[in-house]
Amino acid sequence: MAYVLLRHREIPDLHKFDVYKKNGGLAAFKNAVTKMTPAEVIDVVKNSGLRGRGGAGFSTGMKWSFIDAKSWPHYIVANADESEPGTFKDREIMESNPLQFLEGLAIGAYAVGAHTAYIYLRGEFWQVAQILDEKIAEMEKAGYLGDNLFGTEFSLRIHTHLGAGAYICGEETALLESLEGKRGQPRVRPPFPPSVGLYNKPTIINNVETFTNVPMILANGADWYKSMGTADSAGVKIFSLSGRVRRPGNYELPFGTTFRELIYGEKNGAGVQDSRTVKAIMPAGASSSMIVVNGDDKVLDTPMDYASVRTLRAELGSASVIVLDDTVDIPWVINKTIRFFKHESCGKCTPCREGTFWMNKIVQRVSGADRTQKDLDLLMSVAKQMQGRCLCALGEFSTMAVVSGMERFPEDFQVKQ
Amino acid sequence: MSLEKTYPKEVKQILAKYPPEGKRSAVMPLLFLAQREPGYITKAAIEDIAQILDITTTEIDAVITFYTLYHQEQGGKYRIQVCNDLPCALRGADKFLEDLCENLAIKVGETTPDGAITLEAVACLAACNNAPMFQTQGPDGIKYHENMTVAKTLDLIQTLKHAGKEAE
Repeated sequence: MAYVLLRHREIPDLHKFDVYKKNGGLAAFKNAVTKMTPAEVIDVVKNSGLRGRGGAGFSTGMKWSFIDAKSWPHYIVANADESEPGTFKDREIMESNPLQFLEGLAIGAYAVGAHTAYIYLRGEFWQVAQILDEKIAEMEKAGYLGDNLFGTEFSLRIHTHLGAGAYICGEETALLESLEGKRGQPRVRPPFPPSVGLYNKPTIINNVETFTNVPMILANGADWYKSMGTADSAGVKIFSLSGRVRRPGNYELPFGTTFRELIYGEKNGAGVQDSRTVKAIMPAGASSSMIVVNGDDKVLDTPMDYASVRTLRAELGSASVIVLDDTVDIPWVINKTIRFFKHESCGKCTPCREGTFWMNKIVQRVSGADRTQKDLDLLMSVAKQMQGRCLCALGEFSTMAVVSGMERFPEDFQVKQ
Repeated sequence: MSLEKTYPKEVKQILAKYPPEGKRSAVMPLLFLAQREPGYITKAAIEDIAQILDITTTEIDAVITFYTLYHQEQGGKYRIQVCNDLPCALRGADKFLEDLCENLAIKVGETTPDGAITLEAVACLAACNNAPMFQTQGPDGIKYHENMTVAKTLDLIQTLKHAGKEAE
């Protein structure tokens, strides 16, 4: 299969402007601006079945069509805050195929009528921002960014903006707060960003991988894109595979590829380290419920698409697949995930601020030698009380590994008599 | 010395990114600029940025204390920030950090006696496939170092100390 996103693996030097252009790059953007209306662009993206790759899986074309046409100016923002433990795909795209991402962002800007685009990168991506700044300057010089592009009325400028170390800024309204120069704390929704976003203006926010799909969709058509993947989840996805596998890394595969193919395929994960068996899979990083595997063939043969993963009582999310083998102790895992969420909770809403703090304290005891039934009950009670009561998804996500781990791996939580 | 006098070009470039009504957006890039030389945010820098952006020093304090990459105290010239979150820990990050502490004879959060290195444990850095890994934060920005061993790290530290600036 030819790559759609990780094309740099087949085309050497694709990050170079002339190489990208020679391989058809920027033609889709120019064609959209000069020959298509914004509504036509949105229709193609809608018909392609492209869903947001940041984790929520919402229809991209639908989101774009929600932009409020009565309020101006419009903004478009690329979410490059990639911070979910287990996710490392956007970094590879931006480092190695940056122009395809920028072209997708530019097409998105045209579709929603934005003349200014921001790329919000996590602060740690300092080197990535330098690469993007260089590419943006090259696009400007070649006439693909700036005023009155290709002789039309459409103007566009793209700016990078670095965060400074806060997972919560991947949540889109926290990202907007941060981009406005404030603490990155989520806003109460509604209103949603397509009506009231950056500087209170209509704003569309999409993940880096989402944008990177767009030039290929415009170049090859919605039907071509839909011919890959499943009816529910069209197209291809970059699966970030980590944990106890022989070959961790990013693998671009059509939706509907099985867990087995990803973990055991020779070109993919090439199996579990030391030939152990898979005990559990966390398909959406640290935010994930744990899927019980314990060598079960049926689980490993489940296709990875949004609907099928749900039948295993988990979410595909951003497809950051963490593999746990049979040497891994589940209490140790939730100790790691809760420590993370406690550190990253923004402190705005009480259930998350207090809940992650107390879960962290209890989990430290539960994962140690002095585990008691009372602590286990208390931990479950705190987690259940948080569910459905937090301002944003972070609080909810923090409970996933705890609740699923305790319920699905009771043998790992036995109290010593 | 004010930021506008020390980095006139950079300040101008930063301010040009945002519309007049969104001037405050420049606070984060200006803080990075202010931190570049001293390695932490000085009180004078906060007052300076407050004046440039026409916001209060309290509002800037609120930003500094929210984000982990801004520092309020002098650390080592370079900060070595090791990820030991779940995916990295599944690939030996805890052991790596422990061994590194032993070799440097400091604990996590401490600075080497010569003031060269502060060792920190941080949250996921989006390089889970190349663990153990860390980033260095120093006068020349933030850089990733992946698939690391203790021996490679000690070599890197020697380079950092001697060159006075970071090697690749």
